Amino acid sequence: MGCIEELKYETILSHASFKEVREYVKEHFKERYEVDPGFKIFDSYIIGIPPILVGIEGDAVVFPYTKPCHGTFLLRIECSDEVDRLRKKR
Amino acid sequence: MDPADLSQEGSGARKKTALLLLGCPEVPVQMGIALYLANRLEKDGVSAVVAGNPSVIQLIRVSDPDQHYVKRVMNLEKAMADLIEGRMRPDLTVSFAHNDAGISYAATVRHVSASPLYLIVFGREAEALAGLAEFECEKIVERAVHNPAQLKKKIDKVFGWAASKS
Repeated sequence: MGCIEELKYETILSHASFKEVREYVKEHFKERYEVDPGFKIFDSYIIGIPPILVGIEGDAVVFPYTKPCHGTFLLRIECSDEVDRLRKKR
Repeated sequence: MDPADLSQEGSGARKKTALLLLGCPEVPVQMGIALYLANRLEKDGVSAVVAGNPSVIQLIRVSDPDQHYVKRVMNLEKAMADLIEGRMRPDLTVSFAHNDAGISYAATVRHVSASPLYLIVFGREAEALAGLAEFECEKIVERAVHNPAQLKKKIDKVFGWAASKS
C-alpha cells in the first residue's frame, strides 16, 4: 500500500467493491466529506468512482484504498492534521 | 526513453503518446492484449508505455525480453501519481478492467485527464462491470477470459485496424 502501509492503520472493510465502501461510510459516519478521485491523503491518492466519501471519527480519517488485485479497503488512520485538512477543504 | 517523456509538450511534430493501465494480471487475456496493443500503437507511430503492478511488469519483461512489443513499462502507482499531478499527459489512455478496482482506476483517469479514454472490460463479469462505468469513455466489452480473439476483433474495429474486406 505504499506509504500508507507504513502507517498504523485499522482495516474496517477489505476486498470490497467501491460501492460497498461508499455505502458503509454513508451509513456509519455522520461527519463525512466528498472528495474528487485523485484526492491526496497520507502521500497517497484516492482511486475511486465518484462520489467518493471520506469519514471522520474523532481524530481519525476513514477512507477508501483501492488495490488492483484486492479490491477496495476501508482504512482508519488516526491523524488530526489530515482531519483538519479535510474540514478546511469544505 | 524515460516514461516521463510522456509529459513532453508539443514542440513541432512530437510523437503521440499512449498510456496502457493494466489491472491485476490474473485473467490471461490481459497480457496478450496489452502486448498486442502496445505493439500495434507503436506501428501507428504512437509511443506506448504500459503501467502495472510489479507482477504485471515482470510478466511483460519475461514475455518480451528484447522489448519487441513493449518498449516502456512503469509502476502503476507512479503512473497514477504522475497523471493526477499533471506530470504526465498522454494523448490517449487505455484502461483495462476485469474487476471493480479496474473500473475505479478508469474513473480516476477520467477525472484527472482530458484525453480520450478507452476502457477495455473483460472477464466473466464484463457486462455487469461495464455498467459501473458511467463516465465518458469508449468502452470495449467482451466476456473474454482465456481466448483474446473476440476482444482483439473489437479493439481492431474501435482503433480502425480491422482488415478491409474489399
